[in-house]
Amino acid sequence: MNAEMSRRALLRLAALALAGGASSPLRAQGYAGLGQDAAGFARVVPGVALTFPRDHGPHPDFRIEWWYLTANLDGDDKAAYGVQWTLFRQAAMPGPQRDGFDSQQVWMAHAAATSATAHRFAERFARGGVGQAGVEATPFHAFIDAWEMRAGAGADANTLAPLTVSAAAKDFAYTLNLAATRPLVLQGEAGYSRKSDRGQASYYYSQPYFTAEGNLSLDGRRVAVRGQAWLDREWSSQPLAADQNGWDWFSLHLSDDVKLMLFRLRHADGRHFHSGNWIDRDGSHPLSPDSIALTPAAISRVAGRDIPTAWQVAVPARGLSIETAPLNAQSYMATRFPYWEGPIRFRGTHEGQGYLEMTGY
Amino acid sequence: MRRLGWTLATLLSHWRRHPTQFATLMIGLIAATALWSGVQAINAQARQSYDRAAAAFGGGRLAMLVPARDETLPQALFAKLRRAGWPVSPVLEGRIATSGVSLRLIGVEPLTLPRAAGPAPALELGIGAADLAAFLLPPGRTLVAPATLRELAAREGDTPALGDGMRLPPLAVQADLVPGTALVDIGVAQRLLDRPGQISRLLVGADDDGPRAPLAEVAGDTLRLIPPGSESDLERLTDSFHVNLTAFGLLSFVVGLFIVYSAIGLAFEQRLPTMRAMRACGVSARGLTAALLVELVGAALAAGVVGCIAGYLIAALLLPDVALSLRGLYGAEVPGELALRPAWWFAGIGMSVAGALAAAAHSLIKAQNLPLIATAHPYAWRTAQQRWLIWQGAAALALAGAALGILAVGDGLVAGFALLAAIMLAAALALPLLLALALHLGARGANTMLTRWAFADSRQQLSGLSLALMALLLALAVNIGVGTMVKSFETSFAGWLDQRLASEIYIRAADDAQARAITAFVATRPEVTAVLPTPRAETRIKGGPVEVLGFADHPTYRDHWPLITATPTLWDDLRDGRALLMSEQLARRLGLAAGDSLRLVTPAGALMLQVGGIYPDYGNPKGQIGLSNDVLFAHWRDAPDTRFSLRLAPDAVPALVAALRRRFALDPAHLIDQAALKRDSMTIFNRTFAVTASLNAFTLGVAAVALLTSLLTLGASRLPQLAPLWAMGVTRRRLAALDLAKTMALALATALAAIPLGLLVAWCLLAVVNVKAFGWRLPFHVFPGQLVQLIAVALAAALLAAALPTLRLSRMKPADLIRVFANER
Repeated sequence: MNAEMSRRALLRLAALALAGGASSPLRAQGYAGLGQDAAGFARVVPGVALTFPRDHGPHPDFRIEWWYLTANLDGDDKAAYGVQWTLFRQAAMPGPQRDGFDSQQVWMAHAAATSATAHRFAERFARGGVGQAGVEATPFHAFIDAWEMRAGAGADANTLAPLTVSAAAKDFAYTLNLAATRPLVLQGEAGYSRKSDRGQASYYYSQPYFTAEGNLSLDGRRVAVRGQAWLDREWSSQPLAADQNGWDWFSLHLSDDVKLMLFRLRHADGRHFHSGNWIDRDGSHPLSPDSIALTPAAISRVAGRDIPTAWQVAVPARGLSIETAPLNAQSYMATRFPYWEGPIRFRGTHEGQGYLEMTGY
Repeated sequence: MRRLGWTLATLLSHWRRHPTQFATLMIGLIAATALWSGVQAINAQARQSYDRAAAAFGGGRLAMLVPARDETLPQALFAKLRRAGWPVSPVLEGRIATSGVSLRLIGVEPLTLPRAAGPAPALELGIGAADLAAFLLPPGRTLVAPATLRELAAREGDTPALGDGMRLPPLAVQADLVPGTALVDIGVAQRLLDRPGQISRLLVGADDDGPRAPLAEVAGDTLRLIPPGSESDLERLTDSFHVNLTAFGLLSFVVGLFIVYSAIGLAFEQRLPTMRAMRACGVSARGLTAALLVELVGAALAAGVVGCIAGYLIAALLLPDVALSLRGLYGAEVPGELALRPAWWFAGIGMSVAGALAAAAHSLIKAQNLPLIATAHPYAWRTAQQRWLIWQGAAALALAGAALGILAVGDGLVAGFALLAAIMLAAALALPLLLALALHLGARGANTMLTRWAFADSRQQLSGLSLALMALLLALAVNIGVGTMVKSFETSFAGWLDQRLASEIYIRAADDAQARAITAFVATRPEVTAVLPTPRAETRIKGGPVEVLGFADHPTYRDHWPLITATPTLWDDLRDGRALLMSEQLARRLGLAAGDSLRLVTPAGALMLQVGGIYPDYGNPKGQIGLSNDVLFAHWRDAPDTRFSLRLAPDAVPALVAALRRRFALDPAHLIDQAALKRDSMTIFNRTFAVTASLNAFTLGVAAVALLTSLLTLGASRLPQLAPLWAMGVTRRRLAALDLAKTMALALATALAAIPLGLLVAWCLLAVVNVKAFGWRLPFHVFPGQLVQLIAVALAAALLAAALPTLRLSRMKPADLIRVFANER
């Protein structure tokens, strides 16, 4: 089990929440649909080489898939900001792809912009087949309505850069130009990311080395911004175990070279499952579950819930012991499936910034 | 506070001694509130349905993008607009027929549907995840209102068959949908309506969710933006109908207030001694007024509640008629179940209190200024009455003048009703004056002592009865007016149908292929003398929907088509594409006359045509124009050539109809003969006035109650006048007969006065209100039989009302009569 699991669960739940309205995440997790197997959808098997640019595009035979970008930014007003841009795809049923409004592909997107005092977000839904949302591999272009992620001139399929990301809604808008010189990071075994002993897995790669610069408007105030960004790409067909309550997921920029991804999956019986990946110049180094310690340090009252927005994070084997604090404790995504997602800062043995996602509170 | 309590108790004791008077007050208030709130309930129900229908349309709450020229839009435009930041959601709409029921099929896209779109948000709010998945995924769902499910005689999960081998997705009930509507996913709608890749319009969501590119940049001039809050077609078309209903409700309310006014006035007069005594005992004028107010508001509140309940019952009783009328006239679906909101109750009770206060204002002011000691004035009533008659006469004259003024400068439906109101009020106010005059003349001609007394007594009674008589006059006049209108309508409508439906058989083929097959078949039938294509199209002129009819060049039309005005060369100009025909409604709306020119926008470009003739088109809420078939097909290229009518000898019709039915499986919706069509049309038209007739009966009933209650209260107060006569030897039976005769004479005089007034009302309805409300003017006919009948009804009502007091008088115990001398004055 690791981070992509949480993302997949998020997508799955959000897609259900799309239909079900404001059902609580807890109940949504117990939802019958989650127990189904992947019958009819393509299976994730080891030994399949990911090829680019093809795999930047959609995999409609798989049930679920996402393009997930978070960015930690500094404004020319000396203030810190965070930005999220997420596109989810879900096939509502297996079988041959159907055209037009009959398409079984459902698209959902979340976008957010966060400062120390404001957190603004929006969501979009679309049916596949009619050109309202979709992803093209070459040249890379992911879009829903007027929100998009588009490869720039001379784009390199192996770095997924340069890339322009934009979104606009009622009270925020941003356009970021992303650049990267390091190649994509294949997670797990060359992109085959195992989730359990029961054969659950996903295809998973990331680009944690993006640098970003651009413009951000928040509540009508426009600032020039620059900083770091992290992209996750993942697709799979397997559902999630029904006994989890939620998860706490971290993506941390330890330095320009070193990136860290950590999460814990909160089980109903209290046996929290930990997972992580240490990424440096040599590639990715999966962390053993017992080498990770994630401890809530402060609880905030957010949207009528108690959510741990500050954490003690330790990976003794790598000499890491830090304390994280949110840029804005109220970074709540009150979308149809609500969750907490926002920029964080940390200090201790390492100093830097990153993103935290928490569900199920 | 204590003093107020005692004052109130003393005042209330009056009602305990005069229960009938109390009943009068309550009945008046209840009747006023009941009819008013009943009509309001119906109107509210209908408006709510239009709102929901319009919301499914996308009109009303949301802005809409509609095709500027064509009937539909390519769905690619939807994605293009979304990508440009427009929060639009596509809708495809059409009609389907299943199980013999015609349904409006609406295809929506639930993922982008704005929350304010109407019944569809239930998709995201009301039904669960599994239901949305079922709606989106094959085989999908057909959401219908409970009433529609019943009409289809189907159960949830059924998949009714459509004509062409296709089936609706499984039915599911969605309670807040408009009846007659089937809601499906837009992909399903595209398949069922055979419109692949097409949409009818785009709903525009909240306008503050991110920037949008300018519309022209995205879609050129292919789209027209309709701002939110635009009145829906249905709302506009039915508006006049509801104004009509409201006017009737208001009339009933006023008639009810007449009763209240007379009851309160009488009670006040009778309580004068008590009030003087209380004032003498130290109750302040303010305290007295406060107590009177408390008493009045209390009664009004109680009556308001009862009135609202009665109003609900009336509405429930009338609603089926209203629903039939609305469906027949406008195709508007109104569910048969009433749903009432708290606002309605408050409004009804508020009306009751306001009405009671208005009716009591006069008495309350008098109580405030009550002199402690009033000297005895034996003829006080007469001087008061004379002054009062003069005032009323002056008011009547002023109102008559106002009516003339409205007639001269007024415009619109409201002015039409204002004219009616002014005429009726003027007549009502003038009535006592006329009756007093008649009684004065009668008294001169009287030769016996008793008849002279009778005339004098009638005049004395007049001030007490006049309000009831005024109510009777109004109710009768409205009855005569509406009755004359309906009869006039029937007469001219029947003649118009004969002219309009000159062909013997009307056919609408399912498609072009069937149309060709039918034409080929009838060509082989020697009895068919002509096949006349009658294509139709739809367009909009000045924002309103307009039907376009195609005319073949044939004597059928030249000889029969009903015309109001026409240019001499109409039919040749029409054939040659120089002229068009226009319905009366549309001509009135556009302010055009025969000979004027009109620029007509068609899918194939604009046309400049002369208005060659104007024809009556009764019962059609939409405008209509007629073009030659050639012009129609040339400019509406996708107009189906599937409608035509056949000319043949009438006695050959049944055989041919049977042959066509057998051969082409045509149901009555697709093949109908002249006789059946006329029958159907007449049915629809009779329904048009079904509600009007019902309300009419209610109003007459209220007037009868007014008369009854007035007579009852008068009966008790008139003992002092009757007792001396009895003492002088006139038998009780004789007295009763005399009283009855007087009442009947007054009622008859009122009924006679109602005839000219009623005819005037009819003229107003036909020449002013109908023209404004529906756009057509009907010829005015007088139906003497109907008038006689109504007078009989009025007299019967009066007889019924007078029966009880008369009976009471004839059986009165002599002791009661004697007691008058003991304690009166």
